[in-house]
Amino acid sequence: MTYEILLAGFGGQGILFAGKLLAYCALFEGKEISWLPSYGPEMRGGKCNCSVCISDEPIGSPQVLEPDLLVVLNGPSFDAFVPSVKPGGKAFIDSSMVDAKTTRTDIDCFYVPATQLADDNNLLKGANIVLLGKLLAETGIFSFETVRKALEKNTPAKRAHTIDNNMAALKLGADYKG
Amino acid sequence: MEKVLMKGNEALAEAAIRAGCKCFFGYPITPQTELSEYLSKQMPKRGGVFLQAESEVAAINMVLGAGGTGTRVMTSSSSPGISLKSEGISYIAGSDVPCLIVNVERGGPGLGSIQPSQQDYWQATKGLGHGDFRLIILAPNSVQEVVNLVVRGFDLAEKYRMPVMLLSDGLLGQMMEPVAFPEIKAESADNSGWAACGTKMQREHHIVNSLYIEAADLEEQVRKRYERYAVVEENESEADCYLCDDAEIVITAFGACSRVAKSAVNKARAEGIKAGLFRPVTLWPFPKKQLIEATKNAKAVLSVEMNMGQMVDDVKLALDCKLPVAFFGRTGGIVPSPNEVLAEIKKLNGGAQ
Repeated sequence: MTYEILLAGFGGQGILFAGKLLAYCALFEGKEISWLPSYGPEMRGGKCNCSVCISDEPIGSPQVLEPDLLVVLNGPSFDAFVPSVKPGGKAFIDSSMVDAKTTRTDIDCFYVPATQLADDNNLLKGANIVLLGKLLAETGIFSFETVRKALEKNTPAKRAHTIDNNMAALKLGADYKG
Repeated sequence: MEKVLMKGNEALAEAAIRAGCKCFFGYPITPQTELSEYLSKQMPKRGGVFLQAESEVAAINMVLGAGGTGTRVMTSSSSPGISLKSEGISYIAGSDVPCLIVNVERGGPGLGSIQPSQQDYWQATKGLGHGDFRLIILAPNSVQEVVNLVVRGFDLAEKYRMPVMLLSDGLLGQMMEPVAFPEIKAESADNSGWAACGTKMQREHHIVNSLYIEAADLEEQVRKRYERYAVVEENESEADCYLCDDAEIVITAFGACSRVAKSAVNKARAEGIKAGLFRPVTLWPFPKKQLIEATKNAKAVLSVEMNMGQMVDDVKLALDCKLPVAFFGRTGGIVPSPNEVLAEIKKLNGGAQ
């Protein structure tokens, strides 16, 4: 099993955090992993992306240029990265942030109004996790329990209350039928 | 052993503490920032000294001072900062002081870019300052190997009384991978024969110095140093070979770039092309004998680097013109893609597109 995953959006949307959760899930299951952030003179509101490779074999290049799975949280990332998805791959798109639809027929695109869903359910800034929920539901790569473990590992004690919120956001995405 | 996910820079810092590094002197620069950030938090808690100096020049001279007392000491920077440190590095080499210097390379020349590069190969292996001297240059290609080579770097520095450089880059520094910290037993070298750590009025002074008034004295010192370098060349070169045994096309690549090259080799093999990867782990001493052995069935060699062609010179020297050596590189902070490298392999294989 090898998954090359790319997550992309604006800085501040939790792109790197969502990638980190996937990486930790893979760590708990004893996989080979690389997690590589894009970095540059960037900050909140700037472009941001994150490459995550998960495999049973040692990882070669950690840069994901042709993702099996793509998570997109803004328009510029949609334009930049949807064309690069491997044929047969899957893209998970925050349709509250992206109006466009792809014309590609060789990939599965899931349009989830993630930001809207998160806001409506009082889960502010939860769009990244909503999309992650949809990704888990459509691929089955990790269980919810594994993600909870990853959340526990990556949430400081004083923010422990956000774990349940994130689990709720995960379920929201998984249950969404577009 | 439990594995944790860590960035290359953070893992490097943790490894240094575990390897018994007691002093860190540095000055901030991207993309090595997480390294000094980690040490600034951890060193004071764990019996060490973290000091942010007023400049790179000051930091490297503090390394010379602390190293001269026989203390395990480290500094880190990224490309432009290493250039600033080069004067001090020359003094350290001329004073036979052990230390570990980390370069998390970025694009150059000048201030260049903050993205990953390998443009400092020549600087590291040929001319890290004025005068006749060498550094041992270690080039990891994974977060785990960063950890392993930090420990080895300190040991080598003390064993041969010379500075060692760990050549990382922005990609290795920023990337997270699973890493385990082996139970590190710091080989506490006996520095008491030379270090300037106080005579207690019971012995002659130890003098740590790089100035010689008499030219003949200096020549003698340099010649002695080169005898030591010859031992390093004989014993300490290391390389990693991947599918080289039957390879008709051998790629040479080090550090982060070798990860891309490995992906390209796998793609080439999937298309029936007999490609292999030769990865120097030590850039100086360059693993010449290992390269000759790894290319025994090769018809061509391709050096892939994140620069305009630097290590390719050493590849050609080692092979002594016995094989054609091609070059492919991206520079300025661009990481090549496996497909780009695959296209070059195909050209060499006679299938130019």
